[in-house]
Amino acid sequence: MAEVKLEKIRDGTVIDHVPAGRALQVLRVLGVDDKFSDIVALLMNVESRRTGRKDVIKVENKVLSKEETDRLALVAPNATINIIKSYEVRKKTRVELPKEFVGIVKCANPQCVTNHEPVATRFSIESNNPIQLRCRYCERTQ
Amino acid sequence: MAFGKGSDLISISDLEKKEIEAVFARAKKFEDAVKAGKVKRTLEGRVVASLFFEASTRTRLSSASAANHLGARVIGFSGIEGTSVQKGETLSDTIEMVDKYIDAIFIRHPLDGAARLAAEVAKHPVINCGDGSNQHPTQTLLDLYTMRKEFGRIDGLEIALVGDLKYGRTVHSLALALNHYKVRLKFVSHPSLKMPDYIRKEVSNPVAETERLDIGKCDVVYVTRIQKERFSDLMEYERVKGIYKITPGVLEGAKKGSIVMHPLPRVDEISRTVDATPNARYFQQAGNGLFIRMAVLDAVMNG
Ligand SMILES: [Zn+2]
Repeated sequence: MAEVKLEKIRDGTVIDHVPAGRALQVLRVLGVDDKFSDIVALLMNVESRRTGRKDVIKVENKVLSKEETDRLALVAPNATINIIKSYEVRKKTRVELPKEFVGIVKCANPQCVTNHEPVATRFSIESNNPIQLRCRYCERTQ
Repeated sequence: MAFGKGSDLISISDLEKKEIEAVFARAKKFEDAVKAGKVKRTLEGRVVASLFFEASTRTRLSSASAANHLGARVIGFSGIEGTSVQKGETLSDTIEMVDKYIDAIFIRHPLDGAARLAAEVAKHPVINCGDGSNQHPTQTLLDLYTMRKEFGRIDGLEIALVGDLKYGRTVHSLALALNHYKVRLKFVSHPSLKMPDYIRKEVSNPVAETERLDIGKCDVVYVTRIQKERFSDLMEYERVKGIYKITPGVLEGAKKGSIVMHPLPRVDEISRTVDATPNARYFQQAGNGLFIRMAVLDAVMNG
């Protein structure tokens, strides 16, 4: 497969090493929808030395919030985040699972209090691979 | 923080083994004191809330009795009829308000995780008396306490869990709490009511699973109610219920000195003729709930 190049972005974020096929989920995490006005470049199923195939997302003028990084960890746990300033990579970090997911994941247990009361969900990480979360309230894993 | 003054008791997994053992030691002290009619009123002048968002006769009465024995007064409700909850008040608001009137809270609620939420809102200690299908830690403690009292130890016991192992909250908590001890477990149930995998995989003791009602040489036969609601086919329900019924005949081959436990209420999974056998311990077990709840309440209020 030929090397695919994407136009460089000036300032923004490149999310690399997203598991192949997850790019659209990542866009959702980043809040990219039909009203989004900055440049977004998307590569799916490109070759990767690390994982065989991968997706890459570039978003101009975007810096991820803590919440977005946490959400990203759920869909692309091994991704790297490159922060671009003036066409250069300024900072490269690996996505890390937070100790606790607060208000991000919905509890799958319909009888869980978080699905009935106005309270933010809280999940701790039960295992990493595959990611398994434990609800602080009903104590179920999902 | 170690379990003691100001602590909540929400989940049995909140307690380490030595904290469980400390509750037993305290419960024994209270048991002796109650039997001697000499209970020190360590909670004189204090007020305990009993918030039962769903009914439960035994747990509510034994919790209230525990508070009364220690000199505390109990206020609260049983069932939400006529309360602000029925008008749509959130749990957080109810707890925030009640917390201003009292020194500790017993709570039972139909939703999983409700007790944890209540404990986050309340400044005073919260004791979970059952949150949906999740936890009922004082029940688990009294189950363990009963075994310990009967055999002088828990390590080395062979314990059969019989009946509804799928939906039975008490057997889930018990199976996991027994991870603190070295026991052998036997899961006896109909295939449709088997112990769920998410519990099974966390059980560290050796387990034998059987469909036949075979209590073998078990020291403890822990029976749970098979609920009609779990079956769409009522004939199937009657059949399954019949298979796992404990009768004097079933106990004939039982190990000498073995005991039959049940979290109660019993319907007919233990024949009434078992009550008179030397194996029956379910009423004593329920009685132990008083001492355990006294111990827990005293621990979280006085340290
Ligand atoms: Zn939950």
